Amino acid sequence: MDRRSFVKTIGAAATAVSAGSLARTASAQSSGPIRIGLLAPLTGVLAAGGKELVEGFELFWKQNGTTVAGRQIEIIVEDDASNPDTALQKARRLVEQRNAHFLVGNILANTGLAVAEYVKGNGVPYFISVVAADDLTQRKRIPNVVRVAGYSASQMPRPLAEFAYKRGARKIVTISQDYTFGHEQCGGFSQTFTELGGTVVQQFWHPLNTADFSPYLAQIQSSGADGVFVMETGADANRMIQQYANFGLKGKIPMYGAMNLTDQSVIRTLGPECGGIFSSAHFCEGSDNAQTRKFVTDYEKAYGKLPSLYGFSQYACAMWLNEAMKQVSAKVEDRPALLKAVNSISLDNSPLGRPVKMDRYGNPIYDVFIRETRARPDGKFWNVPVEVVPQVSQFGKYDPETYMKQPSYSRTFQGIKK
Amino acid sequence: MLTKNSRLLWNGLGLVFLVVLPFLFPGYKTSIATEIMIFAVLAMSIDILAGHSGRTPLCHGAIFGVATYVVLYYVTVAGGSVWVGSLLGILAGVLVAVIFALLAIRTSGVYFILLTLALGMVVWGVCLRWTSVTGGENGIRGTVRPDWLSDQVSLYYFVAVCFVILTYGMWRFVNSPFGLTLKGIRESESRMRTLGYDVSTHLFIGFTVSGFFAGVAGALYAFFNSFVSPSTVALAQSVEGLLMAIVGGAGSLLGSIIGSALVISLENAVSLYTERWLMVLGFMFIITMLFAPQGIVGAVKSLAARYRAGSAGQ
Repeated sequence: MDRRSFVKTIGAAATAVSAGSLARTASAQSSGPIRIGLLAPLTGVLAAGGKELVEGFELFWKQNGTTVAGRQIEIIVEDDASNPDTALQKARRLVEQRNAHFLVGNILANTGLAVAEYVKGNGVPYFISVVAADDLTQRKRIPNVVRVAGYSASQMPRPLAEFAYKRGARKIVTISQDYTFGHEQCGGFSQTFTELGGTVVQQFWHPLNTADFSPYLAQIQSSGADGVFVMETGADANRMIQQYANFGLKGKIPMYGAMNLTDQSVIRTLGPECGGIFSSAHFCEGSDNAQTRKFVTDYEKAYGKLPSLYGFSQYACAMWLNEAMKQVSAKVEDRPALLKAVNSISLDNSPLGRPVKMDRYGNPIYDVFIRETRARPDGKFWNVPVEVVPQVSQFGKYDPETYMKQPSYSRTFQGIKK
Repeated sequence: MLTKNSRLLWNGLGLVFLVVLPFLFPGYKTSIATEIMIFAVLAMSIDILAGHSGRTPLCHGAIFGVATYVVLYYVTVAGGSVWVGSLLGILAGVLVAVIFALLAIRTSGVYFILLTLALGMVVWGVCLRWTSVTGGENGIRGTVRPDWLSDQVSLYYFVAVCFVILTYGMWRFVNSPFGLTLKGIRESESRMRTLGYDVSTHLFIGFTVSGFFAGVAGALYAFFNSFVSPSTVALAQSVEGLLMAIVGGAGSLLGSIIGSALVISLENAVSLYTERWLMVLGFMFIITMLFAPQGIVGAVKSLAARYRAGSAGQ
């Protein structure tokens, strides 16, 4: 049996469909199943995240059935191996061999950018919920690449900068991983914070997979800063939080984190050392909103863990696409209509907890939560909402056209106002 | 040994196969065939050193990738013509090869492997960190193909023509008197030196020529992939090229072509069935090394020899 191509159906329908017939690809007509190509890193550095991505996507269809407007949905999962060249090859295969109607997924920015370049040439819709590279919906926008339930890297840290300033922080040190995702998140924070009147005392950039943060921590301690902005992902985030506590800085200098820092994929293995960190995101697993609560409970029941960024984004993405496909009566071959539907939907009842809409550039406008990590009664840590900042777009408070005239964030350009 | 006529026949059949391939394997499989040919050129360029000169390099991914970077940068960022870009890309590949060669040719064996590995990693590090030029992790993207190459089949034929010319060029090179001196160096460096050959210069030229072909492959890859990132110059790329040459049969250009076809089609076929496809590939490499240490071409040759010896004895 072709185990990478599967159809999830409710009840008896499942038995009626043999896997063999699914492997045969039908020609692109308005009949036959809707084929969704899901790209996820199932091997390589982000294998764990990739698995959660697939889980989130599957959970939605498990709960809601795999038919839209009478048409079956077939999900074809491909491994991008956390490598852009592989991602590109697999995207080609999904479109050209498996006849996928549209593509969904990827985590790493470089894999997303590679696939985006490919679909730019052939117009296949590509929906990204985790790939956050700013320019994909800004300076180098591709109309058929839409961030369905996704976000831009610099979008989320801006409200956090406002929050930090409001809480009394005036001098900030930033520490980030030295690659584009880090540059962009840190840039969003630094620009907003300095334009409010704060100063960025110093910026540290460290290579991915730094084992020992003590040189940076010592400098943070002696910098006289009253806040530190931390942008870390994966194992780096884990180590940073632990070493920050071990170094005795926890509780002395407040920590403001980009959302990956306190994502469940990081803090689910941590204890009290990860408490009291502020971050900002479009989702808050500890929120008492009914939809969020239901989703978190279901996810925990299905997979035995709290949902991470990968899980909830992909679930919300599936929900969004479901609505869009309903709107076009499952005629996914009509790409302009599908894209129009995706761009015009207002998603009100998603686990995100607040209504979401697209801006004119294919990036959602969110009510962003300022979150704090706190312990649940059972001792597990999660993010609880402290504040909600309404209607945050990828351009923050700037006018889109003016904003896009400034360069993209990089190590050398952080938008810092002197 | 193949007679001249049967060799002509086989080459002719191979050419016919290349011509009809897009009709036999349309769509996505044509693009896989294009990729196979590009990587076959890379594997053959590696084989010039690994198989024919007895020096195993682990830096050809870097040479290959530098050419790809230069083509994409020149066309999409600087806005130049793709042909000038390709020329510059190949030149850049050669330049990198020259520098590597100057540093590495005096070593041999495991030292050569480690030195070329380190040199390749330097290029990778530069591509990763020099964000303003290389785009860092995110790489450079953009279509460089001219309009008449925009569809898959025409790109396939373009690459196929290049592939045939390059293969012929490399075949002529390794079988030229100069190529034979490289084989001599592989068999015994000291003997070649005693015979009056300047071993270092010969290896230097061999390395540079090998780098030239890797650079051409890299430039073609820019046409094919429309995207380059540090993973293209990474160690894994060099290792993959070397594995293709070894699995197919080091010391035989045909082996590199077979190796490339085998590795890329397996990658594609196996990953359809299991997410543990890397493991399957790994086992394949181990099994090849255990049961066919001379590679596929080597194994076929020794089988044929055994068969002939057997039938002669009867």
